[in-house]
Amino acid sequence: MDGIDTNKNRENPFKHNWFISAIWLLVVCYVLYTFNAMDLSWGRINEGFGHASNLLGRMIPPNFSRWSLLLSGLIESLEIAVISSICGIFISLFLGLFAARNMMPSWISSPVRAVIALCRTFHPVIIAILFVKSVGFGALAGILTLIVASIGFIAKLFAEAIEEISLKQVEAIRATGAGFTSIILFSVMPQVFARFIGFSTYQLDSNLRNSTMVGIVGAGGLGGTLFSAFQRFDYDFVAAILIIIIALIMFGEFLSNIVRRIFR
Amino acid sequence: MNTIDHHWERFTLKQKLSRYAVYLVLVMAFVQSVQSVEVIPEFLLDAPEQMADMFSRMWPMDFAYYPVAIHDAMIETLNIATLGTLITLIFAVPLALMNARNIVDSALCQWISRFFLVSSRSVNSLVWALLFVSIFGPGVIAGVLAIAFRSIGFVGKLLGEAIEEVNMGSIEALKATGASWLSILLKGYWPQVLPAFFSIVLFRWDINVRESAVLGLVGAGGIGVVLDDSMNLFQWDRVAVALLAVFVIVILAEIAVVNIRKRLI
Repeated sequence: MDGIDTNKNRENPFKHNWFISAIWLLVVCYVLYTFNAMDLSWGRINEGFGHASNLLGRMIPPNFSRWSLLLSGLIESLEIAVISSICGIFISLFLGLFAARNMMPSWISSPVRAVIALCRTFHPVIIAILFVKSVGFGALAGILTLIVASIGFIAKLFAEAIEEISLKQVEAIRATGAGFTSIILFSVMPQVFARFIGFSTYQLDSNLRNSTMVGIVGAGGLGGTLFSAFQRFDYDFVAAILIIIIALIMFGEFLSNIVRRIFR
Repeated sequence: MNTIDHHWERFTLKQKLSRYAVYLVLVMAFVQSVQSVEVIPEFLLDAPEQMADMFSRMWPMDFAYYPVAIHDAMIETLNIATLGTLITLIFAVPLALMNARNIVDSALCQWISRFFLVSSRSVNSLVWALLFVSIFGPGVIAGVLAIAFRSIGFVGKLLGEAIEEVNMGSIEALKATGASWLSILLKGYWPQVLPAFFSIVLFRWDINVRESAVLGLVGAGGIGVVLDDSMNLFQWDRVAVALLAVFVIVILAEIAVVNIRKRLI
């Protein structure tokens, strides 16, 4: 009889992977080492928890009494986000096109790609510092910062989206004798437009987040209000600002979902 | 006969109208913002001059300062990024499990986890750093926790989506053998999300290296502290060296992540 032999010594289907275990061991060693190297002791963390409850106590209830200050910061943040997103997306459309290797010769695309990569390397806050130094405190520095940040992110994604298109449609349009602009408008754009909208709404979202932060180094918006509230230990006002920021970002996500649905 | 001059429209009227409405709203928001934003034109005109002044102060760079302060600060920055990414996992993995519909099928759990994930993402890492600096005092620990809390939302969301995409066949096979939920998680889900898990963590680590470089501006340790000090003292030649160091580390981190990814996936 050829039944199932339960006693047969089968290979364990879930073999032990020593390589993965070694990696986990390394991770544990690393954590122990850094805790020592950076003077992170349990006592200090424990002490922090006491401060944390103290801080939370002072944050609750949030204090909305200075709502006019809050509102002006909020409006400035919104303005920074809107202007920088629209300008950044507009510039990125062209830069993305120039950086696409299947549309442009390499002597155009390589330098443009280098510019985009440079925009992406530095954190927005560092760019904000440089702009605050050169154009002074205020919303303008924030706008310029976020334009640079937007270019670094979406121009790259635009270029990648354009590189992935099917060239058949481009050829078909070219065969009708269309010029360069028409080729871009009627064969490239329809293929990538939906993805462009996706990237753009994402960037609008992330500019909204960042516009509440660049103020910390003096580039306008709600971040400045937040930072000065921190420095004056007005933790109840800090809590109010944080609630407003979270609400703003949730609202932004809601809006971008609507836009994405319209353009699908 | 009629088919030849049939007029083809890509979008329906409703689609067109809603698209135009979006464009209209965008243009209106833009015009309104440009009109009301406070920009001082003198500052804008002055900008090229100021920019040239800044770069002339940055040059020549003060490379002698690198071994004095920048090297240790860079190591600290990398440690903050790495440790922060590891600590994130402690919070992000349970939240991702709660957020995945095929593991916990309860609307309440999903709402709770989504609330934590969204609030973690909405608050910027600098703001998290400000909060933790006021709790733990200035230092590395505030930086590590800021990085960790900011990453929870990112890692949790992407990991939750990866878990939802697993192939349920092997899960059902394990269930049929009567495996406990822990074995199902470890032997059914884990091997399937492993590649996604590593690529998410590496991706976040890459972002965290960039972010931890600026945390020091609010006193949370790392190269940012050196940057802030030199800037406050107007030692732009030192600022330039610090920026160069950040630039090099960010590029190296990106190259490392790309290579490890290629090897793993």
